[in-house]
Parts: sequence; C-alpha cells; structure tokens
Amino acid sequence: MSHERFERNSFILLIGILIVVSIGGLVQIAPLFWVDSTIEKVKGMRPYTPLEQAGRDIYVREGCYGCHSQMIRTLRDEVERYGHYSLAAESMYDHPFQWGSKRTGPDLARVGGRYSDQWHADHFNNPRALVPESIMPGYPWLNATPLVSGNIADRLKTLRIVGVPYTDDMIAKADTDLKAQIDPDSRPAREMLARYPKAKVLRYERTAGAAVTELDALIAYMQILGQMVDFATFDAAGPNLR
Amino acid sequence: MAAKQTEWSAFSDVIAAAAAVVLLVIGLAIAGLTKEPVMAFHGLLFAAGAVLAGIGILWTFGHHNDQPLVGADTTSDGTHYQDGPIKVATLAALFWGLAGFLVGDILAWQLAIPALNFDLPWISFGRLRPLHTSAVIFAFGGNVLLATSFYVVQRTCHARLAGRWSPWFVVWGYQLFIAIAGTGYLLGVTQGKEYAEPEWYADLWLTIVWVVYLLVFLGTLIRRKEPHIYVANWFYLAFIVTVAMLHLVNNATIPVSLVGSKSYIVYAGVQDAMTQWWYGHNAVGFFLTAGFLGIMYYFIPKRVERPVYSYRLSIVHFWTLIFLYIWAGPHHLHYTALPEWAQTLGMAFSIMLWMPSWGGMINGLMTLAGAWDKLRTDPVVRLLVVSVAFYGMSTFEGPLMSIKAVNSLSHYTDWTIGHVHSGALGWVAMVSFGAIYCLVPWLWNRKGLYSLKLVEWHFWISTIGILLYITAMWVSGITQGLMWRAYDKLGFLQYSFIETVEAMKPYYVIRAIGGLLFVAGSLIMIYNVWRTIRGDAMQDAEDQPRVAAAPALRLQPVIQVK
Repeated sequence: MSHERFERNSFILLIGILIVVSIGGLVQIAPLFWVDSTIEKVKGMRPYTPLEQAGRDIYVREGCYGCHSQMIRTLRDEVERYGHYSLAAESMYDHPFQWGSKRTGPDLARVGGRYSDQWHADHFNNPRALVPESIMPGYPWLNATPLVSGNIADRLKTLRIVGVPYTDDMIAKADTDLKAQIDPDSRPAREMLARYPKAKVLRYERTAGAAVTELDALIAYMQILGQMVDFATFDAAGPNLR
Repeated sequence: MAAKQTEWSAFSDVIAAAAAVVLLVIGLAIAGLTKEPVMAFHGLLFAAGAVLAGIGILWTFGHHNDQPLVGADTTSDGTHYQDGPIKVATLAALFWGLAGFLVGDILAWQLAIPALNFDLPWISFGRLRPLHTSAVIFAFGGNVLLATSFYVVQRTCHARLAGRWSPWFVVWGYQLFIAIAGTGYLLGVTQGKEYAEPEWYADLWLTIVWVVYLLVFLGTLIRRKEPHIYVANWFYLAFIVTVAMLHLVNNATIPVSLVGSKSYIVYAGVQDAMTQWWYGHNAVGFFLTAGFLGIMYYFIPKRVERPVYSYRLSIVHFWTLIFLYIWAGPHHLHYTALPEWAQTLGMAFSIMLWMPSWGGMINGLMTLAGAWDKLRTDPVVRLLVVSVAFYGMSTFEGPLMSIKAVNSLSHYTDWTIGHVHSGALGWVAMVSFGAIYCLVPWLWNRKGLYSLKLVEWHFWISTIGILLYITAMWVSGITQGLMWRAYDKLGFLQYSFIETVEAMKPYYVIRAIGGLLFVAGSLIMIYNVWRTIRGDAMQDAEDQPRVAAAPALRLQPVIQVK
C-alpha cells in the first residue's frame, strides 16, 4: 500500500497511528491481569490498618517516592543490604504502587521493625539529629498536625471498590481501629490486632496527648513495611515461582 | 455568505458563554460543598477561570468578523491565520519555563544543602519535585507544543485553525490545568504516580482540554488546501492521540468523594507499576520526543531554507518510532517483581529504538547539507542543530541503560537523572529555544530578533550549564552505583548507605551551578524576546538571516544570473 493514503487522509492517518501505538501496551499490560503466576500466592498479605493506610496517604502526599524506593531487586548486594528481594504479592494492595525510581535515600521496602517508634519520631522531627550526614528534609510539622481522619471509612470503602478485601466489619470499625493503634495494651487495640495481624501498636513518647497525629500514621506505615510476609516459611522454589 | 458567517460566530459565542457559566456553577458548587480548604481553593480557581473567560467572550461579542483575533499572516485564500492563541502559548512557555528551571535549581541546592528545605511542608523536596517535573515537561514543553503545533498546522495546511473559541479554550484551559496541578502539589494534593501527579479533577479537566485540542488540530488538517499532510503534522498528531490514550489509562481512579481531592488508582502493585511506566516512558516518547520532532521537521528546514534531507527516511522514522517506543516502559523495572518476560521485551524494544531515533537525528542534521556555514553564522540554527545532536546522544545512552546488566548499576542512581536532563535540557529545551527565537519575530511581525548576539550568549551559557549538569551526574551516579555493590576483603558490603550519600556532595554542588547557568540563559532569552516584542531597534540587523523576519517583511532571495 502506498504511503500516499496516510498522507492524504487525516482519518486513515489517525487510525493507523492508533493501531500502531496500541499493540505494545496491549501485549505488555493486559496479560499481567490474567496470568496467575504474576503475583505469587503467599501467606500473610492483608489490607492496611486504617492508621497504616492514613500513613501511606501521607507518604504519597509528601512525595517520599521521589527519593525512596520500595522495591528490592534480585541482586546480591541489595538482598544483603535490605533483605529478601521484593515479591509482587507484597504490593498487591498498594494503590498506587510506590516502588519508586530513585534512591537518594535508602530503600524502605523492609524498613518495618528495623528501628523503634521513638527513632522514627526523632528522625522525622530532625533527621540530622540522628544521622548527621543525612540530606533528608525535616518533617517537624507532622507531630504538630492532627490527622484528618473523618473520612477514613470512606477511604477504605473506595479501596474496596478497587479490589482491596476490606470486610464490612473492618469498615464499620475503621474509626475505632484507627485510634486503637496508638493506645497500647487496650481492649480496642487487641480487637484491632485480631482483624489486622502483625500490626504495630505504637509505643513512644507521644507529645500530642490523645489526638492522633500525622506522625503517628506515618510511623505506623513505616513499621508494617515488609512485615506481612513471613519469609521463614516462604518457599521461592515453590509452585508459584515464575 | 457573510451573513451566514456572522450567524455562525454569534452561535459559537453563545455556546462559549454557556460553557463558561457551567464551569462557574461547578467551581462554586465544589467550593461551597467541600470540607477541604485546598478543594475550596481549586473550586474558586475554576470559578475565576470561568469569570475571566466570560469577560473575554462578552468583550468580543458583536465583533462578528475575525478582526479582533487576526494574526500577521494570511492563508492562501486570503483569510487570516489565527495567531492570538499561539502568542499566548509562546509567552506562557517563557513564563513556565523560567519557573520550572528555577524550581529545579532550588531542588538541586536542597540536595546539596538540606537546610534549604526550611522544615516547611510547602517547599520541602518531596512536594517541590513534582512541581519542577510538571512545570518543565507539561507547562514549558506543553506550551511550546501548543504554540508550534498551532503555528505549523496552519502554515503547512494553508488553513485557519478550526473553531472560533476552541483554540483559545485549549490554550487558556491548559494554563488553568497547570495552575490547579501546581498549586495542588504545594498544598499536598497528588496521586503519587511520577509525571502523573495531578489528582482526578485536574485530570478530568485536562481530558476535556485535550479532546478539544485534538478536534482543533484534526479540524485544521481536514480544512487543508494542500493535498498532502506535512510530516511535522504526523508527529504532532501521534503526540496528541497517544498522550490522550496514556493519560486516560494511567489515571483511571476512583475519588473518595466528589467534593474531595483524594482518589485511589484502580491498579495496584505490579500492574500499576507496568501501567505507570508504560505511561511514564511514553510521556518521554510522545510528549518530549514525537511532539518535538514535529518542531524539528518544520523549524530546521524553514530556518536553513533547505528541504528535509530524506522523505523516505521520515516515513520509516515516523512509523518505527511510534511503534517501538510504546514497548520500552519495562526497562524502568529491571530486576523488580515485574515478570521476567515483560522485562526482556522492554529491553529488546528499547535497544531496537536506537535505530529510528538515529534515523530521525540523521534526517534532521543532514537537512543542513549545503548550508553547514549557517551553524557558524546563525546561533538560532546552532541551537536547533545542537539540540538534535543532544537528541542523538541521549537516544544512544537510553538503549545502553536499558540493557539489564548496565541498568543494574545505573538504576536508582543519579545517572538516570543525568540521562533525563541531557534529553530534557539538551534536546527538548534547546529545540524549544530555537523554535521560540524563530516564532517571536514571525508572530509579532518584526524584522528580526532584537539581538542575535544575546542568542549567542544564551547558547553558550546554557550549553556550559548542561555539560556541568550531565557530567556531574555521570560521575555521581556511577560512583554511587559502584559503592552500593562494593565488597571488602572479608566479603561484607564495604559502604553503609549514608557513606554513599556523603560522597555525592561535591557533584550536587556542581550540578546546582550548572542549573543556575541554565536559568541565567533563560533570563537572557526572556529579555531578548521582550525587547523584540516591544519593537526596539535591532542591534545587529545586518547579521540576521532573511528568514528571521516575519514572512510579510522578508527580503526575497536574490537570484543570481551569470
């Protein structure tokens, strides 16, 4: 066919372009939704607690992904530095994903449990107080800002629409679960832990009294990163290996 | 005929006014119903935009001819080209360009001196970074593309832009989108997907603007008096429709509330990653490459007064480039949890992409065949040609970095940042500067630029700035990549992470100085453009080529008869 046809008719040109630019995306993206081995079958993945999800929303809001990745590659030095390489399953409830593309700061995929709540609180307040060479901005206002959580149940409902398996019970208790996570050794905290295993109820010198702060939420999110899958029982050579 | 025309203009004025009223109502409703201060602010911004649009429409109501909207030039059938929106987009490009470069340099200094974050939310690195990327890519680059595409499509089709208000809507609607997206970032409104940060309501608004842009462009092509569609327009059309596709798919999202800013993307984890980098890499491929190749295919031949080197090459270049680019996304996800087959496909197509990229570069450079002396005598030509050389360099570097073994070193480091900037500063910005220097005298009906000497200064200052920038990032990126994977004699990792951060400091300072030079260059350009528009006496009229002048003022070439 002569190229003349495309040059003389803008609709034929338009349709030709649309066909040519659609192929690559269809081949690369569509199979990820129906090839089962794309996401490993692992034990332990659960939706984020209301406080963790609120913290994740703050992580997104502050653009942390500009400097921190959450994706440990299958390379020896990365596995030795950060821990087991990241599985697709570990971000299956992440809307949006936060794998990142730049490590101005270290990878955070397995930062959970590595430092105490108090360390995170001090570090967010002034990173250079703990790590003098750090170039991370300080976030002192997080501790002074009450968390806006009035719509937390709506947020979980929206996440359920896009595929996160929140139960009716979880959504009904969203508000109490959120507050329970800063209230260690309480009955609401125990109930929250029954719904969300491995969640970390925060224990540090809180200066804000009873009000939940943005700092609380962000620490709760930091502490769950990489914690859900138990790698002691994960079998990389098992049936789900790609 | 004239009566019909008048009737039609009046009708479109009424439609435009009605659209402004609808926007005003929506904006005020959002502002009134929301609980979030940011959302109220954005509702009021929409409303203010609608009021200004309404004033503009009423102002010209009753002027049922093209008089208030004419440009300097006429089409082949004697009607005027519509150059008003092009002038606005050109000035907007200068404004947003300076803002975007400046924010970029502030970020560079923040990385060298973290105290410059001032512990304040609105100017901390994480919020400023999307402001910088969006300002330079979408605000600066986008306005250059709007201006040049509207200019080129009219001239190469010998037809006036389709629509009476639509081109104005596209240009001003796009500025409103930028204002909403940009202020949103500073106030903490973001989707958290790189280069797709604007939230759902800004995305919806951009969708409307973009569809009208496509209709205006297509409508003008359909009106053309020329039998063939010129090659630059193929690239512009591919850019417009592909960006529409990418935008719609990647931003699929569910808002938490119709009067709230927060939404959740419908994709999660690995599927979201693949969709995002399909979008992200093709924002580079179609926004920053295909669109700007449209500029190359019009402005280089025009400025050097030579035909495009090879017609056949431009056909091959076009189809292979747009086919291959769309596959390249997974090279951003090597060694991650993305399935291996997708990574391999991404790498293979990225390497293949080298060929059409260099085909295009050769086509651009060889257009100078027989006119290489212009490289020495006309700094505007030099900007255009050096931009193509940078394009060649970064489209060689890109395939290299997409090879998995190389990527294992370069990924997550400053090497990527350097690569992006050799493309963005060297190719996109330089070709834009060249096009702006051509466009300003043509649009404002001047005999040439105020000063070619200042273009010379701009060229050298920004070139030195770019070289400082990319060499600093090569060294810092490769250094940090090697430090991360270094082992000591006992088989332990040799460096802690923070030691690798410390090692970056000198390069961050050099980079920030390079960026400062680039900002200085753009200030020189703004001064030169301002003096040109004001109509000040040209400083070096005798040095300027005849094509520097607006078409109506151009000297005709002297035909020498021996």
